[in-house]
Amino acid sequence: MARALLTGNSAAAWAARLAEVDYVPAFPITPQTEIVETLARWIHTGEIQARMVTMDSEHSMLAAAGAAAATGARVFTATSSQGLVYGFEMLYVLAGLRAPLVLVNVSRALSHPITLEPDHNDVLAARDTGFLQFHAESCQEVLDSILMAYRLAEHERVLLPAIVNLDGFYLSFTREAVEIPEPADVKSFLPGFEPAYPHLSGPAPLALGAAVLDPALYTFFKYQMHHATENALALYPEIAAEFAGRFGRRYGMIEEFMLDDADYVIVMTNSFASMGKAEVKRLRREGKKIGLARLRLIRPFPHREIQRVLRGRKGAAVIDQNISVGKGGILFSEIASALYGLPDRPPALLSFIGGLGGRRFRPEEFDGILARLEAPPESPEEIARPYLLFSDEECRDVGRYFSVASGEEKSHEA
Amino acid sequence: MKREAYRSLRNISREEPLGPGGSLCAGCGGLLALRLFHKALGENVIFVNAAGCFSLLALFPFTPLRSSWLYTAMACAPAGAQGIRDALDILRERGKLAPAADRKVVVVTGDGAAQDIGLQSTMAAIHRGLDFYYFCYDNEAYANTGFQTSASTPYGSRTATAPITPAFPLGVVQQRRDLFEIWRVQKPPYVATVSAADPLDLSEKVYRASKLSGPKLFIALSPCPPGWEAEPEKSVELARLAVETGIWPLKEAVYGQVSHTKVPRRFKPVEEYLASQGRFRHLFEPKRNDEAIARIQAAVEKYWKAVSDAVAPQEPLSNEAVG
Ligand code: SF4
Repeated sequence: MARALLTGNSAAAWAARLAEVDYVPAFPITPQTEIVETLARWIHTGEIQARMVTMDSEHSMLAAAGAAAATGARVFTATSSQGLVYGFEMLYVLAGLRAPLVLVNVSRALSHPITLEPDHNDVLAARDTGFLQFHAESCQEVLDSILMAYRLAEHERVLLPAIVNLDGFYLSFTREAVEIPEPADVKSFLPGFEPAYPHLSGPAPLALGAAVLDPALYTFFKYQMHHATENALALYPEIAAEFAGRFGRRYGMIEEFMLDDADYVIVMTNSFASMGKAEVKRLRREGKKIGLARLRLIRPFPHREIQRVLRGRKGAAVIDQNISVGKGGILFSEIASALYGLPDRPPALLSFIGGLGGRRFRPEEFDGILARLEAPPESPEEIARPYLLFSDEECRDVGRYFSVASGEEKSHEA
Repeated sequence: MKREAYRSLRNISREEPLGPGGSLCAGCGGLLALRLFHKALGENVIFVNAAGCFSLLALFPFTPLRSSWLYTAMACAPAGAQGIRDALDILRERGKLAPAADRKVVVVTGDGAAQDIGLQSTMAAIHRGLDFYYFCYDNEAYANTGFQTSASTPYGSRTATAPITPAFPLGVVQQRRDLFEIWRVQKPPYVATVSAADPLDLSEKVYRASKLSGPKLFIALSPCPPGWEAEPEKSVELARLAVETGIWPLKEAVYGQVSHTKVPRRFKPVEEYLASQGRFRHLFEPKRNDEAIARIQAAVEKYWKAVSDAVAPQEPLSNEAVG
């Protein structure tokens, strides 16, 4: 086992290398490019045997990826943001083909306005497609999740593609110490790809993606996919335990941080959860009984785990780093649906939006969230609304931008 | 073209890799052409399809095909072909696929996918030199959705989005876009036009293409009874008339070098072709539109004049139509 300083992107490339992927269709988009550039370099030096092809768009990239997986190759690809939504149609197609490949998404907020830093409207837009979704907080977790994603995706009782998500910039370009497992150990955890399902290079002719005109058939195939995600949920603990046994790192569907005796729980995902953990630690030092639950597995959605982790608490706040405009936080709704009907659900369950376009959290915001959980709002309006995190200082800054834009105030550069 | 492999109809295989009983329209000219195309290609074929009429060739749990099939989406069949070809090559390199079990990868799309939404992925596949076949059944419209105008729709024809009204007496006023020339521009190994009415020419072209590695692209003019408003039994005759009037030149381009594989000795007037289709009826009734008919005729003549002058036509046929 080697230890190296790796960015999130190179950790993703290392995982593809260790998984001995056969095929990498690619199309560039910031901040994903380093992943495919790294793989391209290794292919060109002969360090890995994979084949890469540069496509004309993410739509084509995903088409090639799905077709290759349907032909019996182990496929890896990566994109980001606009790229993911440009190829969106194919996400449903690939899941419907039951093509078990891994797609890394390096989260970046969606335009307009166009920007570079992360939030999760890109990856969560894919939540209904049939892709499994792992969301990573650290570079190590990126590498490990990709290996686990292949195991789960390729399992004959699952056969669904998987997305592994990491945050652009905050994780993609941050170097952390990463254990790079020995190839031989990876090989015993994730053996070479031998598709058990019928595929296009098999001996018998096969029609894939055939049309159906009977609604019962359509329904049947969609339900099959849903049942496959239920199988994935059942298989996950086994695979995670095997991973922990072999590599010493244990990954739950939810990471439980300082939750043991916590009355109040903050729910977050991805790399910004590190900021949340730092604030939870501070609040703990101040004597507050607070903890953090970080969702790692978004699809299949771990309802039972959510219930286990949150039931009996006094309050939970879901911080969504996304906004379903006109509704609020996407994960808040999902978590609320998992808890509703539990007699001992947290009496206070509040929704906060933050981290959009890479906006950083402020320590005082966590004080405010805790205060609201301790004295929850009572009016129906206040209970249901999302709280949009924004500071007075940011308000003033935005005001200044507007006066510069309208010519009322000169900018510093002028 | 001197035919090597297909000198008489007896040379055409009696095997039927595309059997009867599909759910396409009776008399579909595109299906006739595909049937001949598949016979000439032989076995071990994987079709990669884009949304269109032929997507109904695999209608769960039935298919009239004895070959494999992958339906992708409308824009990306050539990208799907790339994934399949690459995966087959990888599996061969790894010793997981015997050379004899290798497959030919064949994109099959209509002209809507070929000309419009899938053009980018096609041009990219040609650019990458992908070893594949592309069979475009060109029914000159979005036929599967009810015959709306596509970039292949000819000047002066009626479609569902170009209905004939007093203010718009011509139907489609744009020029048909020349897909042959668009494909040819990157000088792929093989580009050809074919017709279901000329099985020997069609089969020989498949044979010639099969000896070349890289993109091999075919456009079959595909009479479409419901869209062209003609009786199903007239499809072969219409396909033949299109060639005999000079409207559908049979040609090939090998690495960009064009040659015409069949030049009619005497051209029939375009009118014969136009008048037998309901989509051109407004050019004849209630009042004859001499100007439009003459324009179409003139464009055809100009095209063939350039051919007989032994100069590759600078301007494709269809662009002349508006004049
Ligand atoms: S609509 Fe036209 S092209 Fe489509 S199947 Fe029918 S005849 Fe063939």
